[in-house]
Amino acid sequence: MHDANASRAAGNSLPLQASAVLVNRVGLHARPSVKLTQCAKRFAAKIELALDPDGPWTDAKSPVKVMRVKAPQGATLHLRVAGPDGEAALAAMLALVNDGFGEA
Amino acid sequence: MSSSNSGNVGIVIVSHSHKIAEGAADMVRQMVGDAVPLAWTGGDIDGGLGTNVAGILEAIETAWSPAGVAILVDLGGAETNSEMAVEMLAEDRRGRVVVCNAPVVEGAVIAATESSGGSPLAAVKRSAEEFYA
Repeated sequence: MHDANASRAAGNSLPLQASAVLVNRVGLHARPSVKLTQCAKRFAAKIELALDPDGPWTDAKSPVKVMRVKAPQGATLHLRVAGPDGEAALAAMLALVNDGFGEA
Repeated sequence: MSSSNSGNVGIVIVSHSHKIAEGAADMVRQMVGDAVPLAWTGGDIDGGLGTNVAGILEAIETAWSPAGVAILVDLGGAETNSEMAVEMLAEDRRGRVVVCNAPVVEGAVIAATESSGGSPLAAVKRSAEEFYA
């Protein structure tokens, strides 16, 4: 059991990457940025976002940095996650973006 | 004045204007939610523009958290009166209250966002101060 946990943790610490389109009307402005960083902070994993799959990457746990990205509606948000709870973190982040941050 | 029970770092908003302080607090509540102890004070004791030490002390008391309190201020007197209020606190609390070098409205929202994730006082202050970084 100990071994199983260790290998799962090691397997999940490879960076995971995924993308989602910003569907909410205002894009990644103040309120969605706050929700995104709050979501990211629930996880231990390192979570970064970018408008281009080649970066530059922004720390998704920093509300100031996330707001500075100024991602508009329709932009594709790339997420890169690394850490033992990375899979759950990526799923939660994607769900939040796909849900339009609850504001459509 | 409003507050919320939690172990997260408390946020105090100090403006010369009652309306700005109240409005900034509204933004924090609407954007960040209720997971953060929050209090605000604005105006002098006669209800004009200004700040007063007693009001700031009361706000610190309202937003008190064992994790500490981060104060966001606007101009001059808001900062010096806040520092004076901190000096007047009991010794065991004094070290757990900081005045942030950040814009009052934006800093309050960012500090509260950081606090809502359970971050310690130093991280809350650092995050608010990223605006000037």
